[in-house]
Amino acid sequence: MSDTLRRAAAPADPLHITQRRLPGWAPAAAAVASLALGTLIGTVFGLSSKLQWGLIAVLIFVGGQYALASVVEGRRQAKDRLATSLVWAAFIVAVLPLFGLIYYTISKGAGVVNGTFLTHSMAGVLSTETNGGLYHALIGTLEQIGLTILMAAPIGVLTAVYLVEYGGSKLAKAVTFFVDVMMGVPSIVAGLFVLTVWILMLDMPFTGFAGSLALTILMIPTVVRSTEEMLKLVPNELREASLALGIPKWLTIVRIVIPTAIGGITTGIMLAVARVTGETAPVLLLVFTSQVINTNPFSNPQMDLPVYIYQEFNLGTNASQADAWGGALVLIVLVMLLNLVARGIARWKAPKAAR
Amino acid sequence: MEYPPKDAPQGSPPAHPVELLETTGSEGGNRRRRTPARSVTGGGKRLGDVLFQNAARGSGILLLAIMAAIAGFLVYRSWDAISQDHSNFLTTFEWNPDNSPSQFGVGVLVFGTIVSSIIAMVIALPVAVGIALFISHYAPRRVAQVFGYTVDLLAAVPSIIFGIWGYMFLVPHMAGVNAWLNSYLGWTYIFKQQYPGSAARSLFTVGILLAIMILPIITAVSREVFRQVPAVQEEAALALGATRWEVIRMAVLPFGRAGVISAAILGLGRALGETMAVALVLSTSSVLSLHITDYGGGTLAENIANSFAEASPFGVNALIASGLVLFLITLIVNAVARIIIARRKEYSGANA
Repeated sequence: MSDTLRRAAAPADPLHITQRRLPGWAPAAAAVASLALGTLIGTVFGLSSKLQWGLIAVLIFVGGQYALASVVEGRRQAKDRLATSLVWAAFIVAVLPLFGLIYYTISKGAGVVNGTFLTHSMAGVLSTETNGGLYHALIGTLEQIGLTILMAAPIGVLTAVYLVEYGGSKLAKAVTFFVDVMMGVPSIVAGLFVLTVWILMLDMPFTGFAGSLALTILMIPTVVRSTEEMLKLVPNELREASLALGIPKWLTIVRIVIPTAIGGITTGIMLAVARVTGETAPVLLLVFTSQVINTNPFSNPQMDLPVYIYQEFNLGTNASQADAWGGALVLIVLVMLLNLVARGIARWKAPKAAR
Repeated sequence: MEYPPKDAPQGSPPAHPVELLETTGSEGGNRRRRTPARSVTGGGKRLGDVLFQNAARGSGILLLAIMAAIAGFLVYRSWDAISQDHSNFLTTFEWNPDNSPSQFGVGVLVFGTIVSSIIAMVIALPVAVGIALFISHYAPRRVAQVFGYTVDLLAAVPSIIFGIWGYMFLVPHMAGVNAWLNSYLGWTYIFKQQYPGSAARSLFTVGILLAIMILPIITAVSREVFRQVPAVQEEAALALGATRWEVIRMAVLPFGRAGVISAAILGLGRALGETMAVALVLSTSSVLSLHITDYGGGTLAENIANSFAEASPFGVNALIASGLVLFLITLIVNAVARIIIARRKEYSGANA
């Protein structure tokens, strides 16, 4: 689809049917020139911040491209160039802080993460000592997230199927509306809700499972929404073709509609998982905290990686903040591994045409 | 499940209503009694269909039940708290539910929540759409694939990590930006600093942090939508001599608008309800000020997290009331988005 566009970006035009064009190397040359100009201005005016140098270079690049193209190629082409340079600039400006964050976490956390850190808990470790670890938090996170996916993913996907494939009734309209409403439930309010109902009213103890309940409330609407969007993008022709062959509706959904959309559905579920894995507040309220290893999510408090990071960071000593960055690195790696595995599954399961 | 007898006399009454529909529905010229299509795999409504449909409907009903429970609980608790509030809940700035005439209000908190989210959206939305277009239409194929994955991975970075990164890295680095804004854009009132040189633990910093946080989410969803634009429409525009920007403006953006809006709402939802990152970065106070680069202010979610630990049972109810306000804000935002999306429905593939 977008290949057509990419090819159109540099058309071979040996016959010179169209108007004059800038040569293919013009954007690269403009980029180099504006970088040089930015550096020059930065040095001459003694601007201390490299950020300002970069910004000046970007402005010169965007403006210069527009001016050059409007002189040589005309207004429409100039607008096109302007959009192109803005898109490139947006990309570069946005990618910098995001990669900066990853780099910062790795540089702070890499020195902390080692065998001891990964296989020991904080039991009996003072906040000024460095021999603790996050094994207890890792176990807690994995179990809580596992339980959450088991509860939220089937409910979410089935609800989305109901809305898209069996929709139209008053019930479906109500569900659509309340999915939106549920989306607006702040994580901390979901935590308060489960706290009052599950722990104060039903008198259940603080457990990992209580945390999963709150996380499930947070995850379901995200899964429904993204799955719904993806199911809607499946062309009706596929459904009609399958039904015309006499295949039952449920088999059509399970074998045709969902596999076509499975890539998007998995992406949606993984985005939801990513969101709930990082949730700190509800877990803090419901799972409580623990410094020792507890592998049973159904009894006694557990630890959880985000809470571990929060707690260690707030202790404020050098050793504990180092532990927090180690925890942050482990959490990022964990979430990204989950993500990659899910993408692998999605790619492997997707029908050939959907790739 | 039985097959209808092959040698049944013509015109005999069908066994049940489904077959009646199927026989009358067959083309008029063909008088021969046909085996109804549905009966090939069994008569009546298929068991699989019934089970599946009920499972799907059941999940929907379960979701409604959860929602009803949350809403009922929120309203009940909030009512309990607000009825004992001795000041105006909406316009009071202080949060002192445990004072002996209990006085608390959400004025500052609502302001802070909305302002920080607006800053985040203003910065994040155009940039995110730009990156999504870059990945779907501008970047060379290999680069696009790699960055597509990278953005998805970045969307997975938990908010607590943004929080400690914001505290350790962004706050010190914002000092220079704030000073620059103060000296050159101070006349706008918004960027005027009343305490120049103080740590940048302000709503503006929070807004930028939130923008960085929601950027990958908006990008990931928008890109997914831009990639679904029918190639025919793009090629048609190109064939008419459109430049790449004109293709995007006329074919890609109109098709993707609904998707981009829901992506933005996803991001806005995260920005509005973000708790821990804000709690770590913002230096809170009960001062309502439009000088967004000054420290102070607060957000609804941050206040719940910070005040929860030392809250009395009544204080918890008061916090739940502020949670309800947050909830209503997101509800209004969602309603507006729904209306916008509903007007663009014709672009959906499932137009049934």
